[in-house]
Amino acid sequence: MLGVLPFFAYTTIFLGIPTLIVVIGAFLDGSGRASLGNLSALAQPQIVSAFIHSVVLSAVTAVLGAVFGALLTYAVSTARAGGLLRRLVTSLCGVLAQFGGVTLAFAFIATFSAQGFLTLWLQKSGIDLASTPWLYDWDKGLMLVYMYFQIPLMLIVFLPAVEGLRPQWREATESLGGSTWHYWRHVAGPILAPSFIGATLLLFTNAFSAYATAAALISQGSPIIPLQIGGTLSSEVILGQENIGKAMALGMVAIVAVVMTLYVVLERRTTKWLGS
Amino acid sequence: MSLHATRRRRQAGFRWTVVGVIGLFFALPIFSMVEFTTRAPGGGRTLDTWATLFDLGVIDADYPELKTGILASAGLTVLTVVIMLVMLVPTMTWVRLRLPGLRRTVEFICLLPLTIPAIVLVVGLAPVYAWVAYFLGESSLWLAFAYVVLVLPYAYRALDAGLSAIDVKTLAEAARSLGASWPRVMWRIILPNIRTAVLSAAFLSVALVLGEFTIASLFSRDNLQVAINLLGKRDSSLAIAAALAALILAFIVLVAMSFVGNGRRSHRPEES
Amino acid sequence: MTRTARRTGVAALAALTLIGIAACSPPAKTSDSSTTGGVTASSATSAKDLGGMSGLVEAAKKEGTLNVIALPPDWANYGEVIKGFQAKYGLKVDSAQPDASSADEITAAKNLKGQSKAPDVFDLGGAVASANTDMFAAYKVATFGDVPAALKDANGLWVNDYGGYMSIGYDAGKVPAPAKVEDLLKPAYKGKVALNGDPTKAGAAFSGVVMAALSQGGTADDISKGVAFFASLKTAGNFLPVDPTGATIESGQTPVVFDWDYLNVAQGVKLKGKMDWKTFVPAGAVVGGYYVQAINKDAPHPAAARLWQEYLYSDEGQNLWLKGGARPVREEAMVAAGTIDKAAYDALPKAEGTPVFLTPAQSDKAKAYLTANWAKAIG
Repeated sequence: MLGVLPFFAYTTIFLGIPTLIVVIGAFLDGSGRASLGNLSALAQPQIVSAFIHSVVLSAVTAVLGAVFGALLTYAVSTARAGGLLRRLVTSLCGVLAQFGGVTLAFAFIATFSAQGFLTLWLQKSGIDLASTPWLYDWDKGLMLVYMYFQIPLMLIVFLPAVEGLRPQWREATESLGGSTWHYWRHVAGPILAPSFIGATLLLFTNAFSAYATAAALISQGSPIIPLQIGGTLSSEVILGQENIGKAMALGMVAIVAVVMTLYVVLERRTTKWLGS
Repeated sequence: MSLHATRRRRQAGFRWTVVGVIGLFFALPIFSMVEFTTRAPGGGRTLDTWATLFDLGVIDADYPELKTGILASAGLTVLTVVIMLVMLVPTMTWVRLRLPGLRRTVEFICLLPLTIPAIVLVVGLAPVYAWVAYFLGESSLWLAFAYVVLVLPYAYRALDAGLSAIDVKTLAEAARSLGASWPRVMWRIILPNIRTAVLSAAFLSVALVLGEFTIASLFSRDNLQVAINLLGKRDSSLAIAAALAALILAFIVLVAMSFVGNGRRSHRPEES
Repeated sequence: MTRTARRTGVAALAALTLIGIAACSPPAKTSDSSTTGGVTASSATSAKDLGGMSGLVEAAKKEGTLNVIALPPDWANYGEVIKGFQAKYGLKVDSAQPDASSADEITAAKNLKGQSKAPDVFDLGGAVASANTDMFAAYKVATFGDVPAALKDANGLWVNDYGGYMSIGYDAGKVPAPAKVEDLLKPAYKGKVALNGDPTKAGAAFSGVVMAALSQGGTADDISKGVAFFASLKTAGNFLPVDPTGATIESGQTPVVFDWDYLNVAQGVKLKGKMDWKTFVPAGAVVGGYYVQAINKDAPHPAAARLWQEYLYSDEGQNLWLKGGARPVREEAMVAAGTIDKAAYDALPKAEGTPVFLTPAQSDKAKAYLTANWAKAIG
């Protein structure tokens, strides 16, 4: 028990206490008295739809990011260990996984918006990307922008697992007459599944709480929950909503807890055959 | 053996296609940043903005925050990576070996920082940091405590993937039965076997610290991204160039780190 | 089982104790604030309390630094204001969080209370200022009398500092010059019109919607026509739901921007030679707004904070704001005394029509309407 004490002490101070302060704040009203008003405010239609949009956005970018990221990871893992391609791609992904905020939003605007260079270039070939401002829709442009850091993140967290695949297993499958499909379906797939699902969970929560990029891209309407929270904390027009923001954060924690439970169930199923 | 060769060729083709297509997607926004920073007033291209960025004399005089920001971020990177590794690797190994019942708890704790947007986390961190400032002073370096928390989700995933790939129990038991102390087991047995995972975790920490803006800004502290943001208020072109330069800097740092990881493997004989 | 239960109990108790400790603030550092004649700088209500201007300057120099927040250099020429202050008094100005909103300034003051990085002074929107007067320290600058009574708190808790009118800025090289607000519905502006923020969050955007309402026949009491205008802008495909920044304007991503006139004028000046950025205030739809100065009650550098206020309300400070296209609050007095910067004054964008300043009651009504209808209109 003693060995894990430093970890628990550290996270209690720097994570547990801040979280609890936020959670307690969710149950206080403007003058500091206990109240459930903030929680009932969460039932407003625009907040409920913001929660739904956030979950959908995170789920879609998590799954797509996981799939494309896994493809990229496998592709990179077939390269020579210690070779240039692997080093460059891994480092690039490390950098891009945390690239976000105003700069990323600007880069996408400069590329894909109605005046973006790609849009103008494609217009010459007859493809018109500028017919609608799709870039600023949470379910189109924002998803594309999120893929930009979801895919690299997947590579970084999944690569250690893929590298753990021993070439002996591949050879064993082949020597027993199995095809590539057999290898993936019965050997590599189940071994990688827990890490894959865990990584997808990470991608989900990563997208779920991302704020800066969305704020720089979508300035109108707050369609997702982090933007709603930002509005409660920073609005100069509608004041006194900070505790509703904290209630929203509590809602986010609850949703992630639910998603994590689903993940645990799923992971338990996929590791059953491994017997560990 | 010809089966191997065909597979290798197919793998190479697959590899280059995937990397190429996804690489194109990554390249487009970067290209747009380069395009914007090299625009000349009358049309055409110019490298003026980049020249200003690397004119260290001008930078030091006009934008002193950039230097303080870079130094702060460098210190924060080192501190965060060290604290994170010291905190996580022993804990996760220990949980795997002796306290498997705590695994889900640790996993949830390591996911919690990502469930709350940074803007709200700051509200909770403010009283804690008031105490940190009281005991340790107000240097930007103490942001590392918060950064370690932020990096926990990513580092945990990477380390978990690495630890799953090796048989920690057997390795540890074997080492212990040969008389190794626990620190020796960690340092000499576990750590070298999860090198890729540790490197991945370190990668993510470095990238996170170099890209972190929200918490440093909301605490009015200096760091690289805060300095770049301030730069951007005066000159947008310079800001985008600075942001791109910061990305390239982070990239170079990570490539250098990858040599630290694999360098030893090629020189040491296989420890079987 | 009991052992685990006991352990969990101990852990919970420890956690609760920690939270209790954390929730209380750490003991305040004994401040060595400048004392002159028994009055500390943090309780001085005018320069006289510290022995006149020279006493104030001396006390400020001893503190050595001033923390400001939410002051981008191209906002009403704050870049030059800060430089001028630094040059005149030799103090270092630490400018933090230039993107912060007024509410963020108050939050930062609360989060950093007792630390040396806490903001010393605030530049806030009217609504946030009125809601947080308990965080301010009363102080009357030397030129306090020049400020009209309606634009200040009688005790000096807060004072308006500069204002402007809502305007439309546009890239004259890319889009045709709009003569009226409804011109923006034309196809020539497809995918080009941006509003500086969300009106339920940002004061500038809020005023932008009011301006649109006034231009379409609405009144200060009823801004529904403004929201309807933006809804039609969205249907026409002309509305860009992105936040216009210096970068998006310079790169041509947001060729038409609704923003305060001094901000649009500043962009024009910054981009001279690269782009022809013009500003126009629609005739008959002149919406005005002032910002408010206040001193943080718990300012880590109280003397420097008060010196900053003296500087801002001096002729030099007011004229620097005027140079940035903003209308200084001592406008009338300075014109009468002939101390105003004539050239900058004449260069202000023309505004035809009586300026409309929303009363708190009208603001509240407009906010309620926006909360209920804005997201739907442009969603």
